[in-house]
Amino acid sequence: MENSIFDKKSRLSDKVLYSLIQLCTLFSVVLLVVIIGYICYRGIPDFSFSYLINTPSIINDTIGILPNIINTLYMIVLTLLIACPIGIGGAIYLNEYATNKKFVSVISFTTEVLAGIPSIIYGLFGMLFFGGVLKLSYSILTGALTLAIMILPIISRNTQVALEAVPKSYREAALGIGATKWYMIRTVLLPSAIPGILTGIILSMGRIIAESAALLFTAGSAHILPVGLFDHLFMSGGTLTIELYLCMSEGNFQEAFVIAFILIIIVLALNFTAKWISKKFDVNKVV
Amino acid sequence: MEKGIVSILGHRKTKSTVEKAASVIFTCCAVVSIVAVISITGYMFISGTPAIFKVGITEILFSQVWSPTASNPQFGILNIILTSIVGVFLAICIGVPIGILTAVNLAEIANPKVRKIVKSAVELLAGIPSVVYGLLGILIICPLMYQLELLIFANSTTHQFTGGSNLISAILVLTIMILPTLINITETALNTVPDDYRKSSLALGASQIQTIFKVVLPAAKNGIMSAIVLGVGRAIGEAMAILLVAGNSVNVPLPFNSVRFLTTGIVSEMGYAAGLHREVLFTIGLVLFVFIIAINLILTFILKGGNQDGK
Repeated sequence: MENSIFDKKSRLSDKVLYSLIQLCTLFSVVLLVVIIGYICYRGIPDFSFSYLINTPSIINDTIGILPNIINTLYMIVLTLLIACPIGIGGAIYLNEYATNKKFVSVISFTTEVLAGIPSIIYGLFGMLFFGGVLKLSYSILTGALTLAIMILPIISRNTQVALEAVPKSYREAALGIGATKWYMIRTVLLPSAIPGILTGIILSMGRIIAESAALLFTAGSAHILPVGLFDHLFMSGGTLTIELYLCMSEGNFQEAFVIAFILIIIVLALNFTAKWISKKFDVNKVV
Repeated sequence: MEKGIVSILGHRKTKSTVEKAASVIFTCCAVVSIVAVISITGYMFISGTPAIFKVGITEILFSQVWSPTASNPQFGILNIILTSIVGVFLAICIGVPIGILTAVNLAEIANPKVRKIVKSAVELLAGIPSVVYGLLGILIICPLMYQLELLIFANSTTHQFTGGSNLISAILVLTIMILPTLINITETALNTVPDDYRKSSLALGASQIQTIFKVVLPAAKNGIMSAIVLGVGRAIGEAMAILLVAGNSVNVPLPFNSVRFLTTGIVSEMGYAAGLHREVLFTIGLVLFVFIIAINLILTFILKGGNQDGK
């Protein structure tokens, strides 16, 4: 049987392109493996738990990153406290209340612009406005306010997607049995949208932990243990990434890799949590 | 209303107050993003323009000499702007083919298992802090570049050795950093191409590869363009990853020169700059901001506007 349509003609160009495609895909996977592998290879040998519970001190001759860990936690909690209500509220407005189409498109445009502005610009703005005009100077609060604007698009977009995914019948049913709008949002919409909102929050946590350029000129780089719970907000404090950058520019690669190792572990953990949440609590999947 | 009578109208007043308050609060939340964009734009222009008038717009934008701390300071940022443009352009040139081909594999070819692995890998790549990329750039890419540099310029007497921190190293780091953006958005664009297109093409006897390159990719053209534009935005705004990898001295952007980008220029000198020098750094920030706004406008009004008309 010659000339059968079952004898597929194989083209050289197809084969070349196909292998190129596979090669490129392999590249991104190998890249990740190399990055994580190299960091573990350099970071694990020097890692010890004393790093996590010590402060850097020349007098006591100790090195450690406890202050930076605490600063990072402060930064995460504070930023989320500021950004979550605003981001979720904005998304609720866009999805449930907004009637003026033009206004909505303006808000969507600005949200997109906010998502596109690089962190260094946020850093400059935070330094000028929160640091300069509001006179907070270098402090954790300045950093958190700056980061709050930065993660606003992430939270608001994820909430919006989650709200859109709630079936229309839920709303109609709630309103039909006499619930007011806010009551309906509070008791029906938000609980069904929780997994999406949580995913957004976890993504923003990743962004906060990874951020450095926006924090360098707003939160500063100090590594002092907090003296009071609230006093610490007004003090300069460097997060883990800032400390990593400082170590790197001083050529202290040993400590830099330990911090990089810790950061990678946190990033991995957050990533898996986000996935787990969106799988486990997906209430809309049943419908 | 009399006391003691239970009425469904009893809470109407408080209820309607709560309702109104809720809607006002949510409106305020939504307005925050508008206020933020306006005030960021305002502050960038207010802080960036004085230096332009003091130094002169032609000197600041078109002079190649950058010596802010000399006794007769000169603030020409042409080399810095050029470096950013050249660096981002080359990073896009390398990154886009890899990104698109990977996205093609994810959307069209790969089986679910491979797809899952690659997708999580890409997600993780996007989550790794930029400082970590910088750290790896210094310790992996720079030494390799240094070897290459030693090899190429072995007999050169004029070349200034950079120890591997040069334009190529920075471009490689940038390429890696924009890959997740390119892959994710291109894949979304490919997924929106109707399945009928593929089926029709395959039914006409085209092979899968032909279908992908002659039918699916052209159909997803707009989405791929937005991926590229967003990639440009990501690359031009990246600071910490390339800060130490680029070498950080103001030079003409040639492959083996130590160079300074818009972003790294701000980061490396903001710590100690004062007076006019500091104002010029804000002008660099303004230039960067103008680039970003231009990118966003392209994205919103040209790419997405065209898409809606097409539908």
